[in-house]
Amino acid sequence: MGESIEAQVRQIAADIFGTSREKITAESSPETLEGWDSVQHLNLVLAVEQQLGIQFAPEEIEQMQSVGAIIEVAGHKLNQ
Amino acid sequence: MVILRDEIDREIEAGHSAAARAMLVQLWHQSAGPGIAGFVSSRFEKIRDALGLTKARVSILRSFTVEPIVPLLRAGGLVGGLDLEIQIGDFNTYTQEVLDPGSKLYRFEPHIVIVAVQTSEAAPDLWESFADLEQEAVEAAVERSIESYRQLVENVRSRSRAAFVIHSLQIPPMPASGILDAQEAGQSAAIGRINEGIRTIARQHKNVYVLDYNNLIARRGFANWNDPRKWLMARLPISANELNQMAREWLRFIHPLTGRVCKALAVDLDNTLWGGVIGEEGMEGIKLDENYPGAAYRQLQRVILDLYRRGIILAVCSKNNPAEAMEAIEKHPGMLLRAEHFAAYRINWNDKAQNLRELAKELNIGIDAIAFLDDNPVEREWIREQLPEVTIVELPDDPMGFADALRQAPVFERLELTEEDKVRGKMYVEQRMRSELQQTASSLEDFYRSLAMSVKIAPVTAQTLARTAQLTQKTNQFNMTTRRYSEEQVKEMLKSPQWRAYTLSAADRFGDNGIVGVALTRCENGVCEIDSFLLSCRVIGRTIETAFLAHIAEDARRVGARTLAGNFVATKKNAPARDFYEAHGFAKVAEGEGQSRWEYSLDKPGLSVPAWISVNAEER
Repeated sequence: MGESIEAQVRQIAADIFGTSREKITAESSPETLEGWDSVQHLNLVLAVEQQLGIQFAPEEIEQMQSVGAIIEVAGHKLNQ
Repeated sequence: MVILRDEIDREIEAGHSAAARAMLVQLWHQSAGPGIAGFVSSRFEKIRDALGLTKARVSILRSFTVEPIVPLLRAGGLVGGLDLEIQIGDFNTYTQEVLDPGSKLYRFEPHIVIVAVQTSEAAPDLWESFADLEQEAVEAAVERSIESYRQLVENVRSRSRAAFVIHSLQIPPMPASGILDAQEAGQSAAIGRINEGIRTIARQHKNVYVLDYNNLIARRGFANWNDPRKWLMARLPISANELNQMAREWLRFIHPLTGRVCKALAVDLDNTLWGGVIGEEGMEGIKLDENYPGAAYRQLQRVILDLYRRGIILAVCSKNNPAEAMEAIEKHPGMLLRAEHFAAYRINWNDKAQNLRELAKELNIGIDAIAFLDDNPVEREWIREQLPEVTIVELPDDPMGFADALRQAPVFERLELTEEDKVRGKMYVEQRMRSELQQTASSLEDFYRSLAMSVKIAPVTAQTLARTAQLTQKTNQFNMTTRRYSEEQVKEMLKSPQWRAYTLSAADRFGDNGIVGVALTRCENGVCEIDSFLLSCRVIGRTIETAFLAHIAEDARRVGARTLAGNFVATKKNAPARDFYEAHGFAKVAEGEGQSRWEYSLDKPGLSVPAWISVNAEER
């Protein structure tokens, strides 16, 4: 796709939460985004996994509580 | 991809719903997944009024997390013209839910119930601790599990007419006794017996179907399918990458269950049925044999031939010189499909959208009943925009993937195969030969005579009940009242002495069409009321309808009726039947809102069978 990991994750989050990409920042989290509950958290994680072709560990899924954190962990996996 | 999304929003903004839909479908084909499912569904919502969606309510009874699959099912459904409302049952509560008439399952009034239960819940002993069990305990567990499926189906059946799609149980990838499991009747065999039991239940009940879960996993590869960490953490056994495959598998059932299917497949020739361009490379140059790369095209032809055997009508839609193309079809040694398999041809240099419109007309089917197969993405896009009703079979760039892509098209799935279905493709080819004969006949009467038509008219029997009900449900064009009846309703009629139910089968020199007509009449107080009178579009316009009506009139006279009466109820599609009563000497006695009433006095002689049709009538 040629897009950066950051851009892709922000787009996915925007789609999952039904908002625009501009409204999603690295700081977006369950506290700042409406609808980010445990079901949507799972959906977000699955969408990132599918699109980037990676798999997160359960510990990582629990700890990734912001868009920035997801970008960071995903970045590590892809650059390993 | 970002640009494409913005373009979609711009097209929606501008009110170009066909263009927006085409792009959404393209986006979904390129990158279907949990990420864009929400985007695709939300944009479809905005143009839904222009789409003519088929609605259905689907309830999922489950033992695992299916929530992340639901958005994929919604989006995939919308791409295929389905507006699915989806309800998910609570975890493992389905046994209670089906017993409670007031449960949310029944309040939802589902059309389709999917039973997505895993072996670990349906037969926990057999899955978890098989090695601990004595042979009798294994047998008991198998029986218990089958019995619970039987009760589930029968409980729901007593309260709902919903169709069932039941996941068969997964065989463990690594059986408890290792390689020994294959040597004796072990764990795999025990679970296999439960699956056999589920298939038996499906055979014993109408509208119950089995989803072969082992086949699905084998196709995708278990290592690829399985995500053991998500199972432990979120009760989700399927990996992120495979979630859409689960949704697609459900859609293979939902399409035929909702009638969102295609009757015909129109195929391109160059680089689709064979490799290369016949007009340039000639018979020797095109690639079509058992070796690479010709085998890719042969495999695709094999799939198309399989569809033909399933009752799908085949047609050619190709930009070519007809003589060269026909020579290849008739003579190339690598061809599996031949002229005898195609019901209609459009081989010319015209616009393919126009050709598809003409094919629909010639085959006498709706344009929405046609699917289009073409290797050229530009042609596919053109058709998608010009004829949004046509189903486009998406093909990958690599011809080696063509056969699989076509096999996965859910619009060709069928839930049962009648004798009629198996020979339908052939019947349409015979129809083409009839038309060719008609073009050479000097007069219409001459043509009728040369057809050597014979019809058989018989009372509806237990053997023909299903076909009778099916015809009342499916016949749209030559149908006087378009009243739809179930098998049970027709059966009820047969119990009453006033009702008469007839089937008509037609044959001619080109072949046997089987049962193509149904009439239902009720005789009371000297009036024989034609409740339903219909003929399949395959045989209309050949005076068979006259022979049928003449027989009914004769039968009515015999039981003492003095008047034959019937209504014509206009629908969007039954214009071919509009003038039927008038043309046969009926008098109009009333008219109102889309309906007219017609009567014919049986006191005078009249209504005779045309001289060129031989009638073989069975008494009831």
